[in-house]
Amino acid sequence: MREVVAEFERPVLLFSGGKDSIVMLRLAEKAFAPGRIPFPLVHVDTGHNFPEVLDYRDRRVEQLGIQLIVGSVQAAIDAGTVREPGDGTRNRIQTPVLLETIEKGRYDALFGGARRDEEKARAKERVFSFRDEFGQWDPKNQRPELWSLYNGRVHAGESIRVFPLSNWTELDVWHYIARERIELPAIYFAHKREVVDRGGMLYGVNEHLPLRAGEESFTEQVRYRTVGDASCTAAVRSDADSIDKVIAEVAATRITERGATRGDDKVSEAAMEDRKREGYF
Amino acid sequence: MSTETMVPTPVETPRGMDLLRFATAGSVDDGKSTLIGRLLYDTKTIFEDQLEAVEAVSKARGDEYTNLALLTDGLRAEREQGITIDVAYRYFATPRRKFIIADTPGHIQYTRNMVTGASTADLALILVDARKGLVEQSRRHAFLCSLLRVPHLVLCVNKMDLVDYSQEVYESIANEFTDFAAKLEAPDLSVIPISALKGDNIVTRSDAMPWYQGPSLLHHLEHVHIGSDRNLTDVRFPVQYVIRPQSSTVTDYRGYAGQVASGVMKPGDEVMVLPSGFTSTISGIDTADGPVTEAFPPMSVTVRLADEIDISRGDMICRPNNAPSVAQDVEAMICWMDESRPLTVGGKYAIKHTTRVARAVVRDLNYRLDVNTLHRDETATELRLNEIGRVRLRTTVPLLADEYRRNRTTGGFIIIDEGTNRTVGAGMIVEAA
Repeated sequence: MREVVAEFERPVLLFSGGKDSIVMLRLAEKAFAPGRIPFPLVHVDTGHNFPEVLDYRDRRVEQLGIQLIVGSVQAAIDAGTVREPGDGTRNRIQTPVLLETIEKGRYDALFGGARRDEEKARAKERVFSFRDEFGQWDPKNQRPELWSLYNGRVHAGESIRVFPLSNWTELDVWHYIARERIELPAIYFAHKREVVDRGGMLYGVNEHLPLRAGEESFTEQVRYRTVGDASCTAAVRSDADSIDKVIAEVAATRITERGATRGDDKVSEAAMEDRKREGYF
Repeated sequence: MSTETMVPTPVETPRGMDLLRFATAGSVDDGKSTLIGRLLYDTKTIFEDQLEAVEAVSKARGDEYTNLALLTDGLRAEREQGITIDVAYRYFATPRRKFIIADTPGHIQYTRNMVTGASTADLALILVDARKGLVEQSRRHAFLCSLLRVPHLVLCVNKMDLVDYSQEVYESIANEFTDFAAKLEAPDLSVIPISALKGDNIVTRSDAMPWYQGPSLLHHLEHVHIGSDRNLTDVRFPVQYVIRPQSSTVTDYRGYAGQVASGVMKPGDEVMVLPSGFTSTISGIDTADGPVTEAFPPMSVTVRLADEIDISRGDMICRPNNAPSVAQDVEAMICWMDESRPLTVGGKYAIKHTTRVARAVVRDLNYRLDVNTLHRDETATELRLNEIGRVRLRTTVPLLADEYRRNRTTGGFIIIDEGTNRTVGAGMIVEAA
């Protein structure tokens, strides 16, 4: 993180409200202590948020005294620059809004919380991932990374996505949250919630995800393993209501976090790869 | 442990597990993907949804058995062409250790990828097919590992099931390899007979080879001693960032942040700052969690000094009686990684060495090395993609450099094309003056 701040003109941290970006925020806080975090946060707001997450975001921004920049998907839909997909999920239309926010702010380095263990298209991701002026990722045009020497040189308009958590696993993230006693939005821990079963995944019923005809909701003890857009992130059955119980659960689990909770990755074998090429992170 | 300056090392678990990074290399059909699939599968790292996806693909392709190799094929282009394009990173853990595998492909781009994977590895795993024995590529891989100073090398003689678990076959390959490795200044070397497909000697010792008395592969990976690979002698602290908060709550704070490359620093130590050569004393070593009494690799810390000296990013803190060379003339082994333009004598590039950036001109290409025969071609005038040679560079500003063989962090650098901004080469310092 210090390396990026030292080498780039306008870095930002992409904050999704997910646990990985929460960990990133903590790392940034520690990297520049006792100084302040020397870059703003960017949140691409799909309009489909969990209220606990927005609340958490605003509290942390206040505590850390940093600037928050929001790229609004709803505003982009209203302005007609993107169209709401028929199925009501907004994950895919985040990308143009993110790219527009980057372009407007002329950001040249974007910290993200992506990890290589998440998905196989990410296993080959760089720590410094080069994006052309359209924000696109070309797996064949990435820079080799030797030792700990990262090449952050870009031309105007190009940018680098920086993934400091590349070599962490889901379990590492939870161990770190436990060690640092990091507060998380409550939805990461087991709670009772009204859910609906769609194709074997449990989705929380809310204003962004209403019941469809013929569906019935029920109350279940669940928690979220990942937190993203409320219209495509599913919950898992869980009794883990504390960090220690979550760690035990993650250590014993036999299903990847994306497989268990992300409707958007199930579209095709290469769903993540395609979204990354378009500029997703 | 990881020696990265910027990526935080994955956190230690409550049990204080350590981390082993290893690189794998093998020719296309040596069963490398199967071996990695096997390690992930037997350590229960593979998740059910991943396994289901692989089973479905295997069935659709008409494979006889679930093809564990499919677990490691990442990108669509690779699956379609049945090749691996790039270094892929995999993660698994046992109760003793965490592991990061840098999986490097064995085809055309091998040298570039192998060098990249080996640059951060504590150990390299080389696979050979027991039926074929050592091939040109096995020797090349061993050479690259020794060039990159990977401290531990393991030769896996795979497909032992296809040679009736023959001790004779194994020993002839093991002896030939040991002889070859002796010429390379090879580090710690082990040889293990395995069958990745059948699981022999992977997690547990195999009953099929009672003549083999050594450990299983996983046991070896879990127990190989890596603590003493770290250089705790030469204090080298490249300054990454100067922390000087401008706020009402913190005043007069000035700290030099970075990651300890080597050596052990303590408050009270007398230090020298390069390139200026000024000396001072460490007045404190800070972390976000409070001050510490000593700092060693790979810790990231902030150092405060007793005297006000002008220090900026790219400077290095060391000891007055143990300092790196301050050099503008550098002899280095270079691995060229750019497909579009070769390295030529007279070529000008940017180089990044520790936290320092300089421009450099190639003064001379001493020789190009044939990585298969180790023959030196002194008539060479350029280095193309995947070629290795020894060059003499002149830099615009001095580098604060050690020999790569003594210090992997302060001895390695990357070469950047100033026009395209691409990383076009990797350098290992042989001599700096």
